[in-house]
Amino acid sequence: MAERTDIHLEGTDSVTETTPTLAEVKAWFGREILPLEASLMQYLEHNWRNASDIADLRQEIYVQIYQAALQGFPEKPKQYLFTTARNLLIRKVQHERVIPIEAVADLDALNAASDTPSLDRTVMARDELRRLQAALDRLPPRVKEAVTLGKIEGLSRGEIALRMGVSEGAVAQYLVRGIRALIDILYGETSTPRGPQ
Amino acid sequence: MNASEKGASAIELEAAQWIERREFGDWCETDETELGAWLDQSLSHRVAYDRLDFGWQKAGRLTVLRQGQLRPAAKATAPTVRPILSKFAVVAGVAAAAIAGWFELSSPAQVTYATSVGGREIVRLVDGSQIELNTNTAIRISDRRNRREVWLDRGEAYFEVTHDAAHPFIVTAGNVRLTDLGTKFSVRRNDDRLKVAVSEGGVRLETDGDPAKDRVLDLAPGQVALATASGVSIQREEKTELKNALAWRSGVLVFHHTTLADAAAEFNRYNHRQIEITDPKIARLEIGGTFPTTDVDGFAEVSRDVLRLRVVRDGDAIRISR
Repeated sequence: MAERTDIHLEGTDSVTETTPTLAEVKAWFGREILPLEASLMQYLEHNWRNASDIADLRQEIYVQIYQAALQGFPEKPKQYLFTTARNLLIRKVQHERVIPIEAVADLDALNAASDTPSLDRTVMARDELRRLQAALDRLPPRVKEAVTLGKIEGLSRGEIALRMGVSEGAVAQYLVRGIRALIDILYGETSTPRGPQ
Repeated sequence: MNASEKGASAIELEAAQWIERREFGDWCETDETELGAWLDQSLSHRVAYDRLDFGWQKAGRLTVLRQGQLRPAAKATAPTVRPILSKFAVVAGVAAAAIAGWFELSSPAQVTYATSVGGREIVRLVDGSQIELNTNTAIRISDRRNRREVWLDRGEAYFEVTHDAAHPFIVTAGNVRLTDLGTKFSVRRNDDRLKVAVSEGGVRLETDGDPAKDRVLDLAPGQVALATASGVSIQREEKTELKNALAWRSGVLVFHHTTLADAAAEFNRYNHRQIEITDPKIARLEIGGTFPTTDVDGFAEVSRDVLRLRVVRDGDAIRISR
């Protein structure tokens, strides 16, 4: 098993005449890739035993996708994403030799990955508002209060600090935690809680 | 693993701090430059930032829960003041009660979907139908089994309906009810005007307002119905016009002999930065072209460089004058 296990990435040669700008790539990333995050996380969790690696794996996959998109948008973003994920996992097992082979649950499953029907297609009408609300409800009380005042009621950091009777620095920390936790739940709700402690 | 010498989690923390500073702190040009430098430092910075940026924008839809958004009438009908984050179904029900018309009796079995200014969202239904929401739009969907019913509370949506004769797909907007006859159509609601454009199939339109003016009309592809308080009128639009009107689905606005006033009004639907044109002579000038919905600056540039107008930026306002 060597490089040839890599699936050919369809779309790598479909480079548009002018390469996309950063703004275009950002828009594409938000439109095509981020909605797949829940499926990607599920895929990574299913195929990678060490849960603490997953945030790094996701980040590395996104960087590769972003890099590729800057050269031209892949025709089939979803297939491209999962093929990239699969190839990364395989490379990690084969080349880095840091992780024992058992770390990958099932290499055959990886091979079938790009055909696996994923959540984003089968779960219809994902209710983002409901999920956002559920996410908000799960935040620690002070974090939730800061996010509610800032995002929903539209107050500034200083105003929130006054309302909550804490320093602006504390409010900033609550908000940062809130941003990360909300977005983790929104895009990639997973069984393992991640984000700041 | 060169991209993550700094762990993903550490990068994400920094990205979240930038977003917090930008949204809640005193943001100035120096900050903007610093952020730019941080983003340029590594693609992994950019990826982490973009992800949070998109997600945080989406979280903006939570603002539909803001108490202040309930109409005054709704507050009167609510027996008690509800906490800001009461179940959204209740919030939606209360808001619905404030809207007149027998089509819109409130029901707890509804799910609300909303986009913020500049947002766009596709809602896929179990029956294969899908609804694409344009900027600043709110709909409610019946949660009941065997009921295919949607309420358009504000904004604009494009419907692609899987036909099922046994279970008609019903869209209600104010006192207008639309029943699909297997179809693709768009509905846009602003104030008391409702515009329905049929691109495929057929739609039955019924009104429930003044009994003397109530009508039942069957709309065919290419037909556009405009319902206002004074009645319903039907016109036929060219295929290209219909297509242009749906260009928002790909994130662009297409203008063709469009007056500057109309074009500005379109941009203002999608952006917090608002274009202001007060001079009626300028308002009547015509422009053409395709712009991303968020490209207010591009529009301002065309006004300045092509139409030779004066463009003044003042906070969130962009004033165009001679």
